[in-house]
Amino acid sequence: MTPPDNDPRTESFDLDYAPAPQSTAVVDIADEYGLFIDGDFVESRSGRTFATTNPATEEHLADVAEGSKDDVDRAVAAARNAYEGHWGALSGRERGKYMFRIARQIQERARQFAVLETIDGGKPIRESRDVDIPLSAAWFFYYAGWADKLEYAFPGRRVAPHGVAGQIIPWNFPLMMAAWKLAPALATGNTVVLKPAETTPLTALLLADVIRDVGLPPGVVNIVTGAGATGAALVDHTGIDKLAFTGSTEVGKRIQRATSGRRLPLTLELGGKAAHIVFDDSAVDQAVEGIVNGIYFNQGHVCCAGSRLLVQESVAEEFTLRLKRRMAVLRLGDPLDKNTDVGAINSAEQLRRITDMVDAGVAEGADLHQPACDLPERGYWYPPTVFTGVQQSHSVARDEIFGPVLTVQTFRTPQEAVDKANNTPYGLSAGIWTEKGSRILWMAEQLRAGVVWANTYNQFDPASPFGGYKESGFGREGGLHGLAPYLRAAGRVA
Amino acid sequence: MSATAPFIPTGAGSRPVRVAPVDEVALEARAAVLCTRSIKTTSKRAALHLAIRCIDLTTLEGADTPDKVASLCQKAVRPDPSDPGIPSVAAVCVYPEMVGHAVDAVAGTGVAVASVAGAFPAGMSAIDVRTADIADAVRRGADEIDIVLNRSAFLAGDLGRAHDEIAAAKEACGPAHLKVILETGELGGYDQIRSASMLAMAAGADFIKTSTGKIPGAATPPTMLCMSEAIRDFADQTGAAVGLKGAGGIRTAKQAWHYLVIVGETLGQDWLTPARFRLGASSLLNDVLLQLGKLDTGRYSGPDYVTVD
Repeated sequence: MTPPDNDPRTESFDLDYAPAPQSTAVVDIADEYGLFIDGDFVESRSGRTFATTNPATEEHLADVAEGSKDDVDRAVAAARNAYEGHWGALSGRERGKYMFRIARQIQERARQFAVLETIDGGKPIRESRDVDIPLSAAWFFYYAGWADKLEYAFPGRRVAPHGVAGQIIPWNFPLMMAAWKLAPALATGNTVVLKPAETTPLTALLLADVIRDVGLPPGVVNIVTGAGATGAALVDHTGIDKLAFTGSTEVGKRIQRATSGRRLPLTLELGGKAAHIVFDDSAVDQAVEGIVNGIYFNQGHVCCAGSRLLVQESVAEEFTLRLKRRMAVLRLGDPLDKNTDVGAINSAEQLRRITDMVDAGVAEGADLHQPACDLPERGYWYPPTVFTGVQQSHSVARDEIFGPVLTVQTFRTPQEAVDKANNTPYGLSAGIWTEKGSRILWMAEQLRAGVVWANTYNQFDPASPFGGYKESGFGREGGLHGLAPYLRAAGRVA
Repeated sequence: MSATAPFIPTGAGSRPVRVAPVDEVALEARAAVLCTRSIKTTSKRAALHLAIRCIDLTTLEGADTPDKVASLCQKAVRPDPSDPGIPSVAAVCVYPEMVGHAVDAVAGTGVAVASVAGAFPAGMSAIDVRTADIADAVRRGADEIDIVLNRSAFLAGDLGRAHDEIAAAKEACGPAHLKVILETGELGGYDQIRSASMLAMAAGADFIKTSTGKIPGAATPPTMLCMSEAIRDFADQTGAAVGLKGAGGIRTAKQAWHYLVIVGETLGQDWLTPARFRLGASSLLNDVLLQLGKLDTGRYSGPDYVTVD
């Protein structure tokens, strides 16, 4: 019998993945976008615009109207009219009907939303497709279900909407944050003026398109794009009855100062410096996987990112080795590529901030490790980063970096782990990694964090409340708890 | 000792190996992500060739005959009679009774002969009978021996016995390579799979293998990932590189590709060679050939354009 011509047994093989770019044909980005006020897209009064770019390519995407004080005024007036004219008195069932329509439209246009989110924000398409957009739809579905059941949500008490809610959202989960804010507000009968972040306005504007398509009455949702000044105009507006903000602790504090002295119900969802606590009996490979997802998901632009790894000293060396090995196969690059694990940093400004903070960590004496990876020439990129030899006093272990940067510290006993984990001004989330159930329960009781995940991380569901302790903010979003900030007590049931 | 004990004995003088627990949910999630990787068109041909080079082309039927085995061997050496550029598979895998016929048929071609042995597929015979079976297959000329883990001893918690029997099998193999089949579908969970993997490697397995192909639960992406992680641990702790063989239910080129990705991303490209990675299969080869044809012609032609065996 004749063997084949060649002897391929020694042929080398390179595990080379194909670029698998998601087609962008589904999105049609306009040159210019207006403000969405009273059911229509309108120009800003000042005529001023700002540019939104693709952070992965620095390509200019569109010019977006910059809302001025006048525009915020118009939007609040439209929301007031809608509230008093129609929406405030509408039955819960009718409100729910619109919300179900919005949820279904998000699902039907999911591809379009996902691609646009990735183009405008830089996050991997795998995440916008599998996390951001499905959760956004889920949030509307969930709260649509509450709209006609509010009397059962708070037994024995009558509740009523506040009226006009001002909402300001960040750039890390643009559509999802809009959904988190809008859904409970609409379910409870409020009308809204929403201000998206200036680097990622496009999916909120696509949502405006959906809102118009489903026939939501004009003025119920108004979207005013712009930067800090636009947000400040909304915060300072005396016509709003409720304010909700998600973003940095620094801005949150400013908002709290600005609104003190007013009877304005406030919800703040701010920063975090979450600890992952890994015990020596954890399912080690899956723990590594969870740590990697906890910090490098969305380039670490996550308020609940697990940015501090506390690992039991007896396994620290081995665990760090495994972690670095796993980091070496993270795929950084074109966010539209379905094989990409780590996308682009959201903006030049954020990239500068991350770079500065990492430089500070190096200067303080922590050991920096970054896997070899080619950063694309254009766009804003930062490699996955881990610091070892970190002490509790290092700035990289104390300050929120909001980037793909993990610090590793060790502990000896569960109590020491709790003490170190809690020793932060923040308290948004924490992760526990152990196969011992009783220890999970004990730790969860001790940790001062709004969410504690065990043997998993970054799991979200609209039925589950989310929010922080200490400087991570107050008020809860999600679940039954997420209704309360949008309602006021209106007496007891007779 | 329970089936998920943290330590597996490795015999007198050597250090025990540590077995890490496995989290089922996260393991399956990671495997699912790896199964969405898409391959570069330019390396697709190389990947399909690699898949062929890693195949143990298998027939394990009571109805196997010398002619049937000769036919399988011909296919193993020259998978596509019309294209000599297509590589041979790694080995043919047969019952001991057929080893002699296979050895004759593949002589001089570089294709190895593997034989299941040791009271395959249940392994429920006395250890002396099993080692005699192994020695017989080696005597007939088998280069590689596929045996089964003693699941009865393993599940009853008698890890020492399960270990020592593999060590005895290894001795009976002499120069032949030993592959130990864990029969993962019978072990009851990933913790057990990881533990059994470590046990088999500590006892001297050159390869660990998922399944006999005789029961429904066979190779799956999370199972292959779990075993890859165990192999990585064993290499870390002992410095020894053990191979991985998936078997049972692998029918499509796409499945083969998923396993290449899982092994490549977990163990590195050093494992993407027939010396450390095998796919036990029969119908997989024809799907790979049809996919190769599609690269040339743009059409997936159909089963009548490749030989049945």
